[in-house]
Amino acid sequence: MLGKLSWETALPQDIVTLGGVIMGGLGLLAVIAAMTYYKKWGWLWRHWLTSLDPKKIGIMYIAVSALMLLRGLADAAMLRAQQAVFANMADSPVSADLFQQVFSAHGTIMIFFVAMGIIFGVINLIMPLQIGARDVAFPLLNAISFWLFFAGMALMNVSLAIGGEFSTAGWLAYPPLSGLEYSPGPGVDYWIWSLQVSGIGSLLSGVNFLVTIFTMRRKGMTLMKMPIFTWSVVASMLLVVFVFPILTVTLTLLSLDRTLETHFFTSDMGGNPMMYVNLIWAWGHPEVYILILPAFGIFSEVVAALCGKRLFGYVSMVWALMAISVLSFTVWLHHFFTMGGGANVNAFFGIMTMIIAIPTGVKVFNWLFTMYRGRVRFDTPMLWFMGFVVTFTIGGVTGVMLAVPGIDFQVHNTLFLVAHFHNVIIGGVVFGMFAGYAYWFPKFTGFRLHEGLGKAAFWSWLIGFVLAFGPLYILGFMGAVRRLDSYDPSLGWQGLFIVAGIGLLIILLGVFFQVVQLAYSIWKRKELAVGPDPWNGRTLEWATPTPVPEYNFATLPTVHERDAFWEQKQEKDKAKKLSYEAIHLPKNTGYGVYVGAASFVIGFAVIWHIWWLALVGVAATVILVIMSSLWEDSEKELSAKEVESIETKLWGQKA
Amino acid sequence: MAKLIKKPLLTPLRVILSSILILIILVWGTWLLIDGRDMDILDPKGLIASQQQWLIIGTALLSLVVILPVYTMLGMFAWKYRATNAKAKYTPNADNNHLLEAIWWGIPIIIIAALSVVTYVTSHQLDPQKRLYDDSGRSVNVQVVALQWKWLFIYPDYGIAAVNDLRMPVGIPVNFEISAEAPMSAFWIPRLGSQVYAMNGMSSSLSLQADEAGEYIGRNSNINGEGYSLMDFKVSAVPEAQFDTWTKATKKSMSAEGRYLDFATYKKELVKPSKDNPAVYYQLKDDKLYKKIMQQFMPEHQYGGGH
Repeated sequence: MLGKLSWETALPQDIVTLGGVIMGGLGLLAVIAAMTYYKKWGWLWRHWLTSLDPKKIGIMYIAVSALMLLRGLADAAMLRAQQAVFANMADSPVSADLFQQVFSAHGTIMIFFVAMGIIFGVINLIMPLQIGARDVAFPLLNAISFWLFFAGMALMNVSLAIGGEFSTAGWLAYPPLSGLEYSPGPGVDYWIWSLQVSGIGSLLSGVNFLVTIFTMRRKGMTLMKMPIFTWSVVASMLLVVFVFPILTVTLTLLSLDRTLETHFFTSDMGGNPMMYVNLIWAWGHPEVYILILPAFGIFSEVVAALCGKRLFGYVSMVWALMAISVLSFTVWLHHFFTMGGGANVNAFFGIMTMIIAIPTGVKVFNWLFTMYRGRVRFDTPMLWFMGFVVTFTIGGVTGVMLAVPGIDFQVHNTLFLVAHFHNVIIGGVVFGMFAGYAYWFPKFTGFRLHEGLGKAAFWSWLIGFVLAFGPLYILGFMGAVRRLDSYDPSLGWQGLFIVAGIGLLIILLGVFFQVVQLAYSIWKRKELAVGPDPWNGRTLEWATPTPVPEYNFATLPTVHERDAFWEQKQEKDKAKKLSYEAIHLPKNTGYGVYVGAASFVIGFAVIWHIWWLALVGVAATVILVIMSSLWEDSEKELSAKEVESIETKLWGQKA
Repeated sequence: MAKLIKKPLLTPLRVILSSILILIILVWGTWLLIDGRDMDILDPKGLIASQQQWLIIGTALLSLVVILPVYTMLGMFAWKYRATNAKAKYTPNADNNHLLEAIWWGIPIIIIAALSVVTYVTSHQLDPQKRLYDDSGRSVNVQVVALQWKWLFIYPDYGIAAVNDLRMPVGIPVNFEISAEAPMSAFWIPRLGSQVYAMNGMSSSLSLQADEAGEYIGRNSNINGEGYSLMDFKVSAVPEAQFDTWTKATKKSMSAEGRYLDFATYKKELVKPSKDNPAVYYQLKDDKLYKKIMQQFMPEHQYGGGH
């Protein structure tokens, strides 16, 4: 009846996991209790969970990702604590097995449920506004994408409570280690299904955003007049559309190996694990560009706005984005030069990898020359940008070093590699998201984030980052490989690990400042209130009232130039006499939540081999999809009068 | 925003002085943490690793060509064009300059082109599959099997095998063939250079040469289960004569003790997962052992076809 699920298999296997489950459970209970006490469930359901407004979906993405960031950081803290302090103690609370679960979870969470979530959140919030649209092309599909992401996230976390273990095979789960023979427990299945479910959501988002950009731009906004962030979304989502199917197929084959005992990736009976390694990186390498390209887009917007200057070399920037996007398909093999591909194969992929450094370098110079003869304001978004240039340059350089196969043979899978990719992901993606957060926050709330606390957070992150990852480069040169839960104390590595741990503590201090900043800014929102265009912005998202109304634009703007809003502001004839018209918007619906729930059920049922339940889940999904397709009365109308009253109210309060 | 216009906290002098101070602290702190430790990769003891060391140092120096201008421009532009500096030129609409853009498309292209040549040449030079021989055409063959969680070294030419103890003569290249009966692992001796993956049913090649006698650490660099962190092994590079003595003595004493290794003993004694194994030695009884270990995973042998 319950497949492999039983009391023996379900309970957490070790005290640390149990503690995590209890704490997480208590937190969840507290939230549920508070929601019930304040009678907020109806509000939550009507205004958030069922909303098809991309801005609300975006905020939900970011909220979930922020929570997951905290979990990913807690995992990082456990890893560092183990390596800095407990590694050589006989009674470490972290066993080798648990340690391996934790680093697998850390990587998986940070990439799939933090970085991806925040990217999709920001795109939802900003992209429709930048192209002067009222919505995305497929609003319901957008909600479904989010709820698939949510379901994947839920599966990932449920693994701790039910089953008590996560995969120990690293964030990319190479077989044969991730195969049935070496990982018989449910951990790898949890990994597969949480990625499978959220990955399908990502693919649908990719399609949705591309269609939105290609069909819903405002009149006059030709491709070469699109804001650069929107271009970065094009580049990134093209990658999503091409590579996520690879992930889906790869995970499907791996799960067939594990559930039906096929032999795609086993090392015997004709299976070939090297094929998995190729496939997963054919997805995995473009994946890192999926993350970094929108961050590049954010930086481009931030630099132009905070330097009060047009973005330097827009055309170069677009070409650079698209070049990176295309080239990123041709480099996957650099993740396994050490698999014995042969000199010519390795040289080819090494050189292709280095070529990516060219457009990336061009972007950096263009940003710097946007500052040149500008008026640079050092508000937090700009600080994040400058911190990015400092850290990302090092990450780029070490990336080029790793691209030389002769060097890679010596530093592959060492802490040098770990330092490199944190260097680009934290310095690039994370700093980019924080820049965007500080930059666009006032647009959706009507008040700024507290500047002092933001700066404190920035400096903590930057200093913490240097201390946390600088030592790892050195440890790499000492021959320290990644993922070690213990090492010989006579090597003298402990000091460097301790410094790395201190670095992490300083990063955590930065996170603390960010949490306080948010709470404090909400508390002092009256004092921090700003108008709809606090940065003297250039692109259309700043043209709307603040907070942005559900329909974005009461009257749709016409675009003549690249920086459309900047242009509007230069033409002083603020023809305020506007005629409003009725606006059609998608109605709220629970379909997204239901599809997400059904997918969760499918994933959970397959993990535990509860076949009847899996069938129920599949049937429910099919029925829900058919029903939602037949849903006709899906739009509501805001009359011209309602629009006018909303607009007057929103513009009036700031006048 | 009147608050912003006050005496600047950051004057150029203060910035430079505090930067120097921070640099000194960083260098000093780093020195404390690395002094007396082994920097295996930057202190190589073998032919391959020495070339890789120079490749690392060379590319790191080359990267300064990028890092220094970027950092300098970032600092200078941020200082000079700060919003409070009303004297600086302000050209809000300047958004391209073909000459400048040509320069920064051009410079990275030149750097990468140069580096591509280096990459191509060194990919061949340092290709792990390239067999090395000394001047008189000699080399030592060692077959390596990654197990959970230990290493088996088979010396087919000397008729011995050892667990977790690799010995090699100084100055004579060793040609490794590497396979596994475990999740994908990686064979790596940082002091000697180049790691390669060890995979079931496949044989990877790697040639290394120790140039200096000494004891080095060998590692597994790819996670392969619970005992991964404990999968170090001892590498001894010894003078040739000593190596010959060792192989002969081992063979003799193992045959005296009756410790023979064939496929059956291998399956019985070595395949079972174990951690922290002490060094164990055998006389090799089956010189096709390595092949047989690999063949276990090959379909034509599994299906019984072809025989």
